[in-house]
Amino acid sequence: MTAETIIQSLASGLLMGLLYGLIAVGLALIFGLMDVVNFAHGEFLMIAMYATFFLFAFFAIDPLLSAPLVAAALFVFGAVVYLLIVRFAVRAKANAGMVQIFSTFGLAIVMRGLAQYFFTPDYRSITHSWLGGKTISVAGIFLPVPQLCGALVAIAAFVGLYFFINRTDFGRALEATREDAGAVALVGIDKNRVFALGWGLGAALVGLAGSIMAIFFYIYPDVGASFALIAYVTVALGGFGSVFGAFAGGLVVGLVEASTALILPPSLKSIGIYAVYLLVVFVRPRGLFGSI
Amino acid sequence: MDTAFAQRRRRDLIVAAIFAGLSALVPLFVKDVYVQNIMVLTLMYAALSQSWNILSGYCGQISLGHALYFGLGAYTTALLFTKFGVLPWFGMLGGGLISAAIAMALGYPCFRLRGHYFVIATIVIAETALLLFQNWDWAGAALGIDIPVRGDSWLKFQFTRSKLPYFYFALVLACVAWLVTWWLEDSKWGYWWRAVKDNPDAAESLGVVVFNSKMGAAAVSAFLTAIGGSFYAQFVSYIDPESVMGFQFSLLMALPAVLGGIGTLWGPVLGAVILIPLTELTRSFIGGSGRGVDLIVYGTLIVLISLARPQGLVGLFSPRRKEAAR
Repeated sequence: MTAETIIQSLASGLLMGLLYGLIAVGLALIFGLMDVVNFAHGEFLMIAMYATFFLFAFFAIDPLLSAPLVAAALFVFGAVVYLLIVRFAVRAKANAGMVQIFSTFGLAIVMRGLAQYFFTPDYRSITHSWLGGKTISVAGIFLPVPQLCGALVAIAAFVGLYFFINRTDFGRALEATREDAGAVALVGIDKNRVFALGWGLGAALVGLAGSIMAIFFYIYPDVGASFALIAYVTVALGGFGSVFGAFAGGLVVGLVEASTALILPPSLKSIGIYAVYLLVVFVRPRGLFGSI
Repeated sequence: MDTAFAQRRRRDLIVAAIFAGLSALVPLFVKDVYVQNIMVLTLMYAALSQSWNILSGYCGQISLGHALYFGLGAYTTALLFTKFGVLPWFGMLGGGLISAAIAMALGYPCFRLRGHYFVIATIVIAETALLLFQNWDWAGAALGIDIPVRGDSWLKFQFTRSKLPYFYFALVLACVAWLVTWWLEDSKWGYWWRAVKDNPDAAESLGVVVFNSKMGAAAVSAFLTAIGGSFYAQFVSYIDPESVMGFQFSLLMALPAVLGGIGTLWGPVLGAVILIPLTELTRSFIGGSGRGVDLIVYGTLIVLISLARPQGLVGLFSPRRKEAAR
């Protein structure tokens, strides 16, 4: 193993890590807002990938152009899921935690079933996109262009999110609601509206990630499951609810995955991520950036 | 304690005895192998969900990684039999003890975690074990183990000609899991667990050793789950990592209890009786084409029941159970 291969794989791990952060940040946002873990998060990613695929297959819209459209569609979808399902799940008086887990889990199963029914279990991929399959060489390191572009989109999304949360009225309403949902009701902010917009925003972010992923990853009904666990680990590593913890968590996960792949056979590369998650929470039971 | 509670417990025991007796008679009238197969699975999931319920329902430590113990039970039995010729009964006991020991070893660091951190840790640990078994050549790696047929006998716990022996064993297993829960409900442990579930800090301050009671729940729960796994290995006579340790098993063990009523004595039984036949029937009648209709039906049901009856379906049968289902 030469120094070059190490740098090479760490560089691609870093790019993948930024994308993992983008996949996970919606989950962290929703959790921070209302203490709910969306167990259908992976399926949100899956439908975003399918949407990107069909826009490409039927209308020849490149994933780069369809990304904003897909994000907007997912925004609506996320808000509807909140209004139709989650709004009622959080009202449960008995077994509140269990109801949240299983109502979103049930949704995930339905979405997977619908995808199988309408799109068949076949693996699909986008073949001739602008960026697909291209690599670029930076100082002797080859970087895949789709992943590089995904990393840039992720950074832009995080910067945008930072300004959005800190500088806009809606962002402030979001922060206030997460601090104290009861008190914001007193100043005339509709809690349900903020939550619905929060779900929309969370879904839009994973929609953005899905569009980029569709450029270089196979699209099939169960694709969400493989990324969902990574997203939960990413969010938990950063500390549930911390939006920028998800960013850092994504970087850690990407780098750990790449370094594990250097040492262990590829089929075991996820073990490194799992081991790091366990190590971190055993030492810090609320993640790297979670308040204790 | 109070007489009403003692009466309820006596009544539960009588009702359970009647149900078990009636179930034992069912195969006399139902000869169809397909239906018998569904009955075996229903009883097995009733037992598994009852075991899961001890840790996750009564003690409130939600595990979505119980497939680990199920798989360990299945693998211990199968490996001991195929590699060393050890009879499945010893394998079953061994698998149970190994699982209980591993549950305690894992519980030692994990029980410090709360809420979603704990749930994710259980998923991650089970997935790690799955990956290790998939890459463990001696244990058959991803291809798994074919348990050789050595003739029908109770000694070797193999039956190729009839499903009935499996049915009766599964019935006994479900009864044992139910009885263990029934007994624990009114024991010192049962009260500790409910206190730990409701408010661990208050329980600790009142002298409940929270950590030890979680460890106890984990050990009992893992032991019984592993027995179920051993049984499954004998029943299907072929196991591979994905089919005994995959995430879907963790979910399938939890769902009957969740739908029936988590942390209740009858919830897992009721949930399994409704859910497992429904799953199997939708799979064979509408899901056969692999087009996912079974998933749609199944998922919709989960969403609707968890939203409409968060305390589970047992509440429908007796208004007094509502407090117990809390």
